[in-house]
Amino acid sequence: MRNKEMRFTMFLLIPVVLVLVGYVLYPSIRTLWESFFYKGSIGVGNYKAFFSPESLSNLEALWNSVYISLLSVLCSALIGIPLAFIFNKYEFPGRSFFSSVAILPMVLPSLVGVMAFMFLYGESGLIPNAIKDLFGLEKVPFKIGGVSGILIVHAYTMYVYFYMTVSSTIRNIDPSLEEAAFNLGASRLTVFRKVTLPLLTPAIVGASLLVFMTSMASFSAPFLLAGGFRVLSLQIYFSKINGNMEMAATQSVILSIVSISFLLFMRWYQNRKDYRMQAKGIGAHRSEVKNLFVKWTMVAIGVIGVIVLLLPHATILVLSLVLDGTWTWQTYPSVFNFENYMLLFKDPAIWDPVRHSLTLAFIATLGNLVFGVITSYVLVKRKFIGKNLVDSMVMLPWALPATVVGMNLILAFNERSILTFGHILVGTFWILPLAYFIRHIPLVVRSTNAALEQLDDSLEEAARNLGAKWFYTFRRIVLPLVLPGVLSGTLLAFVEAVGEFPTSVLLYTLNNRPISIEIMNQLRMFNMGQAAAYGMIQISLIAIVLFISNKFFGVKAERSL
Amino acid sequence: MSSITLKHVTKKFNTFSAVKELNLEIKEGEFFTFLGPSGCGKTTTLRMIAGFYYPTIGTIHFGDKDMTRVAPEKRNTGMVFQNYALFPHMTVFENVAFGLKVRKCAKSEVITRVEEALRKVRLEQLIDRQVSQLSGGQQQRVALARALVIEPDILLLDEPLSNLDARLRDEMRAEILRLQREYRITTIYVTHDQVEALTMSDRIAVFNTGECQQVGTPKQIYDEPANDFVASFIGETNLLSIQLAREDDEKIYVRLENDETTEMVIPKDRSNTIKDTPSALSIRPEAVEVSTKELEGANCFQGTIEMVQFTGAAEHLFIKVGEQTIQALVLNNHLWSERKKGESVWIRFPGEYVWIIPNVLGEGAHEK
Ligand SMILES: Nc1ncnc2c1ncn2[C@@H]1O[C@H](COP(=O)(O)OP(=O)(O)O)[C@@H](O)[C@H]1O
Ligand SMILES: [Mg+2]
Repeated sequence: MRNKEMRFTMFLLIPVVLVLVGYVLYPSIRTLWESFFYKGSIGVGNYKAFFSPESLSNLEALWNSVYISLLSVLCSALIGIPLAFIFNKYEFPGRSFFSSVAILPMVLPSLVGVMAFMFLYGESGLIPNAIKDLFGLEKVPFKIGGVSGILIVHAYTMYVYFYMTVSSTIRNIDPSLEEAAFNLGASRLTVFRKVTLPLLTPAIVGASLLVFMTSMASFSAPFLLAGGFRVLSLQIYFSKINGNMEMAATQSVILSIVSISFLLFMRWYQNRKDYRMQAKGIGAHRSEVKNLFVKWTMVAIGVIGVIVLLLPHATILVLSLVLDGTWTWQTYPSVFNFENYMLLFKDPAIWDPVRHSLTLAFIATLGNLVFGVITSYVLVKRKFIGKNLVDSMVMLPWALPATVVGMNLILAFNERSILTFGHILVGTFWILPLAYFIRHIPLVVRSTNAALEQLDDSLEEAARNLGAKWFYTFRRIVLPLVLPGVLSGTLLAFVEAVGEFPTSVLLYTLNNRPISIEIMNQLRMFNMGQAAAYGMIQISLIAIVLFISNKFFGVKAERSL
Repeated sequence: MSSITLKHVTKKFNTFSAVKELNLEIKEGEFFTFLGPSGCGKTTTLRMIAGFYYPTIGTIHFGDKDMTRVAPEKRNTGMVFQNYALFPHMTVFENVAFGLKVRKCAKSEVITRVEEALRKVRLEQLIDRQVSQLSGGQQQRVALARALVIEPDILLLDEPLSNLDARLRDEMRAEILRLQREYRITTIYVTHDQVEALTMSDRIAVFNTGECQQVGTPKQIYDEPANDFVASFIGETNLLSIQLAREDDEKIYVRLENDETTEMVIPKDRSNTIKDTPSALSIRPEAVEVSTKELEGANCFQGTIEMVQFTGAAEHLFIKVGEQTIQALVLNNHLWSERKKGESVWIRFPGEYVWIIPNVLGEGAHEK
């Protein structure tokens, strides 16, 4: 009977491990292997070339990636942490509205966000030009581009990590801790330094590493804004375009190493310190702000913040109403209509990318759902040797930058193998769903894990005790109870798949272009309106999904991070 | 309904033995209790009977059927979990009907049987409630109804009352007993509460560190505990380390440790030890005779009052005799509460209430 249990675990585990080894581990190893081929022979030639002092381009890209990432961490922290404090410690008019708007950058797919920033603050951007006209200046007072552009986009999208982790920690700090410190005679500053800050440190460190990793992997921002400025994730793309696969592999390996070492450091740090509060459900009481001046200053900061945060969304909306060809030499667009949206339905060539994206994302997400539930069930509820190994494989796609995942797939599935049933996947329809699937394994497994961990083992046992077989128990007890968690993760995976750019740009085929590729093409042809209309479709999809998760499954968007 | 037989059951988690060499026979229709301190292996044993763990060594029979390795869903046991384990996404009706649906009962039968079961636990008016809206005691009843409705051969209860407050506990205790008597179902009840065990059980098995110390009726366990662990775990008792001095046909003569002079005389049938093993003398506080006047004869000692505790119905006396403190319990007769610390009293250990037992807790365990 014990053997029967073990056999059943194996029955679930073997397909999981096959998928993980075949489509996650093997492609990574394939890339590593490729990086040791230099001009037809095995060796470290590629690495020598990477670090060679003669051509500095790679080293420069590595250095740029690292310092942009460090600066991104700093900027994001400077915005996110104070906001978290203001919105969670003080009560003032509009607080809860402002605090929910603060996570809006999450509703902007990276490519669309970058596009919005270009139109807002770029050379011919609306804001610099508006200021120029308003004050009658000769030239635009400022413009973003290159490093500053990348940094601003990063700060805008990534401060949310700081905002959310710090907010949730502040909310979970038992107010009696601070009160106890005050009661013992500590001053405000002492309490902050000795009590609040140490409790916040894990959240801040966690968010820093998250921002660092995300910046290292960032692709869309440098792709559209950098203009000749080298970063590592972009170098991989260029090496691939130039057909230098060995160098692309080498760059991928180095980028992965940096990324994974930071991840490991984060794991180590989080295990070392555990400050989680024991008592639950105590909402920190917020102080009412009594000083009128301070109060309205806070409200003003809130309002300005909301405007800044919403400007990109508004810009995309406005742009999507501008018919292409009607806004050429003028500073501001003048003709607005719904033509771009009408074209979507009238012109199949314009509708097709939307259809492709939805199909690709649907297939990938369906795979994620089935695979995620089985994997998570095995990981959480079953005993077997090597659980850590399986867990690490599940998390690997999360640690790998998207560009690297794309490169891995190109290198692994550019040839026939049993994993692809004897086909060459690269250049076919199936490579993109596979890429999206792999990218989002960690997301779905993690959200399902969280739901399953909440599920008390005794429920399953009670059902078995009442005579239910395993499958019946799973269907009637386990699934209904974890479904909200599972679906929220799955829906998020779906919208991310619809917006996915870095792997798409590496792997797409001409007659199967997803939306983000079409946005890129339209931008190249200066069809801003059509690009923005595509962007609006992505934004609305994300908004709908977040709304559904929140309303029907009671899932808070911030939990999905 | 069926009897349960455990033979040589041992359960190891890796190298740690949670249950060691357990032999038990539980009769048909019996209310059988596993009693012991936390971590002594009660739940582990119960889960082996339910089929959630399999013994490392040994066998489990229901009647004469070998169930040792049968899957939990094929055992037809009804289990009530410590946290109730009610399915939170189902109503009271759906929870109770679950086992019947699994057994593919006809719809009409399901309805009548669920209603019947809920009537038995007096919850028929809450049949359509969501279980999260019920109070602790009501949830407990749903869990009971859910376990009973499938007409299990065996009812298994794992500390079912430990999450309830004191008054509800009394009420539910009576309820469980009533249902058990009504269904006449073989029941195993796990608890660490000795009062619960003594008041409810037909028989009790006392566990300590994975080993069964004694099986017996509540009276046997209380009056004739197998060793000093059982004696001290159940009720209050005075435990004194002793040495056997000599014996004749009817009596044995013992000496207290550190007291060479006094010899105590005890009827032979009040001893449960084997010669030359470390032994202890146990006497319950209510059996100790106390007097303000000098007592004459065997087994008498002089002592001084250390403390008097008034509890309403009775008075607890703590009396210092030599190095030892003896507890005595007398009914509240206004004689003792006036007594001051340091006053002289005489006590007697009546031979017929003394119980000589093996000392398994080890050297020095009885010094206060
Ligand atoms: N699944 C398990 N794995 C390892 N040790 C266990 C497991 N279940 C119980 N134990 C250990 O076995 C001992 C007995 O546990 P248990 O039967 O739950 O005690 P109790 O008498 O309090 O119900 C405890 O020391 C416990 O830590
Ligand atoms: Mg227990």
